[in-house]
Amino acid sequence: MLSIRDLYANAGDTEILKGLNLEIGPGEVHAIMGTNGSGKSTLSHVLAGRTGYEVTGGEVRFLNQDLLSLATEDRAREGLFLAFQYPVEIPGVSNMEFLKAAVDALAAHRGEEPPDAVSFMKRAREVSAMVDLDPNFLKRGVNEGFSGGEKKRNELMQMLLLEPKLAIMDETDSGLDIDALKVVADGVNAFRREDRSVVLITHYQRLLNHIEPDFVHVLAGGRIVKSGDKSLALELEDKGYSWIDEEVA
Amino acid sequence: MSEQIDRLIKKEYAAGFITDIVSDTLPPGLDEDVVAFISGKKNEPEWMLEWRLKALRSWREMVEPHWAHVTYPDIDFDAISYYSAPKSSSDGPKSLDDIDPELRSTYDKLGIPLHEQEMLSGVAVDAVFDSVSVATTFRHKLKEAGVIFCSISEAMHECPEIVRAHLGSVVPQKDNYYAALNSAVFSDGSFVYIPKGVKCPMELSTYFRINEAKTGQFERTLIVADEGSEVSYLEGCTAPMRDENQLHAAVVELVALDNAKIKYSTVQNWYPGDSEGKGGIYNFVTKRGVAHTNARISWTQVETGSAITMKYPSCVLKGDNSVGEFYSVALSNNYQQADTGTKMIHLGKNTRSTIISKGISAGHGSNSYRGLVRMNPGATGARNYTQCDSLLIGDQCGAHTFPYIESKNPSAVIEHEATTSKVSDEQLFLCQQRGLDAEKAVSMIVNGFCKEVFRELPMEFAVEAGKLLEVSLEGAVG
Ligand SMILES: Nc1ncnc2c1ncn2[C@@H]1O[C@H](COP(=O)(O)OP(=O)(O)OP(=O)(O)O)[C@@H](O)[C@H]1O
Ligand SMILES: [Mg+2]
Repeated sequence: MLSIRDLYANAGDTEILKGLNLEIGPGEVHAIMGTNGSGKSTLSHVLAGRTGYEVTGGEVRFLNQDLLSLATEDRAREGLFLAFQYPVEIPGVSNMEFLKAAVDALAAHRGEEPPDAVSFMKRAREVSAMVDLDPNFLKRGVNEGFSGGEKKRNELMQMLLLEPKLAIMDETDSGLDIDALKVVADGVNAFRREDRSVVLITHYQRLLNHIEPDFVHVLAGGRIVKSGDKSLALELEDKGYSWIDEEVA
Repeated sequence: MSEQIDRLIKKEYAAGFITDIVSDTLPPGLDEDVVAFISGKKNEPEWMLEWRLKALRSWREMVEPHWAHVTYPDIDFDAISYYSAPKSSSDGPKSLDDIDPELRSTYDKLGIPLHEQEMLSGVAVDAVFDSVSVATTFRHKLKEAGVIFCSISEAMHECPEIVRAHLGSVVPQKDNYYAALNSAVFSDGSFVYIPKGVKCPMELSTYFRINEAKTGQFERTLIVADEGSEVSYLEGCTAPMRDENQLHAAVVELVALDNAKIKYSTVQNWYPGDSEGKGGIYNFVTKRGVAHTNARISWTQVETGSAITMKYPSCVLKGDNSVGEFYSVALSNNYQQADTGTKMIHLGKNTRSTIISKGISAGHGSNSYRGLVRMNPGATGARNYTQCDSLLIGDQCGAHTFPYIESKNPSAVIEHEATTSKVSDEQLFLCQQRGLDAEKAVSMIVNGFCKEVFRELPMEFAVEAGKLLEVSLEGAVG
């Protein structure tokens, strides 16, 4: 699915990723953990093709293509999805028209007709129910005046509607109440399929109680410095990150 | 981002083509003979000629205004031809079938197939090609309701007393430099009269088109809504591509008598000039309405075209409880300059006005909002609300606001809000991450920004306006 080899990248003038390696197979769920500022969001932005970052070395293959040579929107059309850590507002553009435009763009890329308005609406209502958002949210401006938790659920809603092959979820669990955390976990579990992969960027073991990851990685110093199974997350919860720094040093 | 923006902003003008029709055009220059020629050509009554000549004399004593936040080379008024008519229409077409096929295909290219419109949309169209009205539809249905919708030259013969009573009553001949020029040489335009208590049975629409090189276009529109009547009028324009600047100085007068309602909507898409700032229309228009007791006038405009726009659709709220509204979207891309806004003159008691202005600047565009709210001593209990938002796309464009407030009545309330925002990298990234290309993303963000104004447009126009923004922004983004 995704294969990252020796990736180096700068944000502005600062080198953030320094030789990062990561292999993600189809159907797998990977959790990436790491201290604040370790470069987790940077990694997600570089993969999704945000401007302002410069890749200075390495290679990323996504579904047997050179990911880094694809335009931002083409990465999305090929099935890469990023649930944002800080979802931005687009005033005046309703969630509905935004989602329809996205669904249409993906359909066009696959050479398919866009879904008709009625079946689109039906599906949009279904996914909004799955993430426990009132259908009225579909009529509101994209993230406009949404609470923190509502924005996160709105990201998940988009993911469920767009059905990507690889979903990178950047701290979708942060700022959620306990019930909402369960809703998000249920959504991700419903999304899981053998041809779909998920990267969960998180600080908290509690999410992983609900979504069982196949692998857990620690990002530090711009690289994946430790990988393990779900027990690694428990160990981190218990001991923090300093022992890893020592181990790496 | 700015590189992407650059690329997107550069898109050829979709309506840029020139119709090949032999025109009956006056040589350049302006004097009393030219005015007499125009008046004679239209078989105008003597009083009308006198009216025009008076305007010409005033104009000669006036100077071109230079206070707006726009720059352009001096206009040589002697190099302009003041009359041009498509030849084939000089006998006057009896029906749509009598229209020059070349002309018809021009309209078709612009997406205005008249006969289809006639049947499908229920919109009556008075199309102005250059200076002469060549097609008027739905006359009969309107006639049944007692509505008069015709060219202003026809109106001078059909209902001279109404024309004479109201022409120049809102925008006097010597109101300003361009209005005086228009009063002297106006060639044609639309006239609407809605009788007492009548709600006009359909939206009235006029498409204007400038065609002849070096031909100034001087439309004159007069809409009179008699007591308790209602009308919605749509004006939409597009012009073929030209290298030379073309001057357009129209005058629109609205009269809303007691309890009447006039809604006037404009989508303006004249040639804006190329991406280097060459060519394009100069759009210097005077639009004003007078609202009598309990009357309501509402201006909605979407201005995406023209190289230079100076335009301030205004309301004189003369009668007690009258209402004035102004909803505007103005876009300047490439080297376009727009200085636009409104004047709300509150004279009567409890008069109310609302101003919603959305300015969008991209490329090297410059967009200025200029608005005056005046509360006269008699405007007891009057209120105004102004909201003025600017959106910047890229970092080489500019937005300015010039709000003027004059209150001579302490009980009047004036509220003003203004914001400036940018199409942010984060917003673009979100859209692109969901599969939209940058162009689509920007047009969606801009449409969202304009929502409060588009909502005021008649349905079919709202769709057109959205498309127009998309086309106008092509080449604008990153
Ligand atoms: N444009 C930039 N210029 C310079 N430094 C940057 C830039 N963007 C990000 N950084 C820095 O890169 C580092 C990594 O940031 P990133 O957002 O990837 O961290 P993170 O692991 O997601 O942290 P958190 O857990 O707090 O979300 C931070 O120190 C941040 O300040
Ligand atoms: Mg982060």
